[in-house]
Amino acid sequence: MKPEFLPWIILFLPLAAAGIIALFTLRNRSVSAVLSIGAVVAGFILSIIFVGWAGWQPAVGESTFTWLAIGDVRAEFGLRFDPLSLMMLLVVTGVASAILISPLGLWREDPGFSRFFAFLSLFTFSMLGIVLSVSFLQMFICWELVGVSSYLLIGFWFEKASAADAGKKAFITNRLGDFGFLIGILLVWGIFGSLNFGVIKDRIMENPDALGTTAAVAGLLIFCGAMGKSAQFPLHVWLPDAMEGPTPVSALIHAATMVAAGVYMLCRVYFLLDVSALNVIAWIGGFTSLLSALIAIQQNDIKRILAYSTLSQLGMMVMAVGLQGPTPAMFHLTTHAFFKALLFLGAGSVIIALHHEQDIWNMGGLRKKMPVTFWTFIVGTLALAGVWPLSGFFSKDAILAQAAAGQKWALFALGVTVAALTSFYMFRLVFVAFGGSGRSEAAGHAQESPGVVTWPLRLLAVFSIIGGFIYIENTFGRHFLKDEGLHAMNVLEQLVYPFKHAPVPALLGLTAAAAGFFLALRLYSGAVKDPLPEKLGSLARAMRNRFYWDEIYQATVIYMHDFISAVCDWIDRWLIAGLAVRGTHGATEILGRALRLAQTGNLQTYAFLFALGVALVLYLALK
Amino acid sequence: MNVNLEHYLVVSAILFCLGLAGVIVRRNLLVIYMGLELMLNAANLALVAFSRFTYNLDGQVFVFFVITVAAAEVAVGLALIVALYRKRQTAHVEDLTTMKL
Repeated sequence: MKPEFLPWIILFLPLAAAGIIALFTLRNRSVSAVLSIGAVVAGFILSIIFVGWAGWQPAVGESTFTWLAIGDVRAEFGLRFDPLSLMMLLVVTGVASAILISPLGLWREDPGFSRFFAFLSLFTFSMLGIVLSVSFLQMFICWELVGVSSYLLIGFWFEKASAADAGKKAFITNRLGDFGFLIGILLVWGIFGSLNFGVIKDRIMENPDALGTTAAVAGLLIFCGAMGKSAQFPLHVWLPDAMEGPTPVSALIHAATMVAAGVYMLCRVYFLLDVSALNVIAWIGGFTSLLSALIAIQQNDIKRILAYSTLSQLGMMVMAVGLQGPTPAMFHLTTHAFFKALLFLGAGSVIIALHHEQDIWNMGGLRKKMPVTFWTFIVGTLALAGVWPLSGFFSKDAILAQAAAGQKWALFALGVTVAALTSFYMFRLVFVAFGGSGRSEAAGHAQESPGVVTWPLRLLAVFSIIGGFIYIENTFGRHFLKDEGLHAMNVLEQLVYPFKHAPVPALLGLTAAAAGFFLALRLYSGAVKDPLPEKLGSLARAMRNRFYWDEIYQATVIYMHDFISAVCDWIDRWLIAGLAVRGTHGATEILGRALRLAQTGNLQTYAFLFALGVALVLYLALK
Repeated sequence: MNVNLEHYLVVSAILFCLGLAGVIVRRNLLVIYMGLELMLNAANLALVAFSRFTYNLDGQVFVFFVITVAAAEVAVGLALIVALYRKRQTAHVEDLTTMKL
């Protein structure tokens, strides 16, 4: 068997699992779960085998076939193998494996259990499709598949109105971004005549000015897609609402699939983006990051805090891409996948232990009751806050160092601020939810979750700790820089590399994390209610209400949309259906009724008219 | 008085108009039928007259055909009228308006 055949199996295993579950095993929960988990775990193992077999840069860079050819238009499907896609393949299958195991212990009694696993498998398949795709077209198809599966999963409890609405919101918001993405794809196709990433990259290498003045436009249009999927401002509103889905879904969306797709796509087409587009991207990312970090400070729902934290970290990644650093972006994406999956599964464990209580002010004292969840959650928090030597420190530092190296001091300051805020809201969450004493009956009776939940937590915690120095950055670096310099370092050298390489960002990042921690310690250690609303007043209220973005959209975009819909409805109802359709029908009918009067049925009338006609014709002909 | 083509044609036209008037105004099917025959014979008269005055026999040959076809038509038409009368007990056109919706 040729090695390049292996990824095809990895890609299609989850789809096969989804198909089999949907068609045959919907009634048999255990078989469904085993199929779904087995497919993803097998995918992870096969991915490791493939990377071990073929290396990070396989001799076969692509394996493609022509899906359809119409004249000169050829649509190629296939798989692309380079460090970027292979690393991402490992991350997606690995993190998805850990996440998929946990639902076994969480809500086995849910009637949609099998359906849930079918959707999750479909979701994983779509994401793997994006990761391995060779062309814009293939990526776009998988991109939409991700959108569909996220819609299905967010609206999983569709009998709940809020969940159904959240699903629709996610899908429609994504479609808005995808519209720009599609136009960008068409623009690129119009210029290069090909959608294959490799071909486009070669053309740009040959002729860097091939895009000319449209470069910025094409880059920004393509960024629109990432804006939707990775929930960047102004399309960020769907992500927090996506919390309506089951917690493992949130974990999957926030860690390995969906939101990672946007950043991954930007890195995949990085060669297309020109400097002016990158500047806009950096600022949008930075703004999203700051905005959502501020919102996260005043949220009380444990999942919403994590959701805004994801938004904030995604903003950092997008900012990193904009700062011409796809390597730090992908690095942060990977480490973030580890600790965000960990945090979400931890949150899920807490929520189930407290019988679906999500308000952190109704928790408290969980440190003693749920030690495994607590300690793994702490690891995730430390990693997210960027504490040395956990993974988050290295990736966040890489982004800050990138900003410093590019002399973008405004964005650098923004990044440090966000780092401090991140540390603050995460420790607020930890102190309130796990510290102190139980503030509700449910919190008093909480028990540790079973092993199927805690073992994935432990596994993810290990990766959250070591993720920073297991050559992830080097692998991405090799893709973008073709630079082997980093690769030569051993683990110890890597541990201290940030301080030697760029000490200022590293130390400032650590200081920010510490500042956030101490502020949270002062305000929230042992607190029974939130002290911030009194101190900050209306600012805190604005944060709590998510800076009113939903309300602003309601008043502007949705109002406009309703208005246009009403106009269209009026035109359709009165002009098209009323005047055009019913008018034609009515006029024909009236004319028919009038003409029917001439048809007397009397033979002699006809004979008379006939004779009259003949006389008339004769008169005209002989005149 | 010298009888020439115009006289024949005028007689033919008068006959034709009488036949047409009969077809249009009379109610009885048999009378209508007779009107039709009158119209055919008016045409025959015109044809024969043309033939006689232009020294061309084509018109007379044509008349033979018309007479033959008219005979056949009378046979079929009368049979139809008899059948209709048996069915409807009437031979008046104002009773035969079933073609109207």
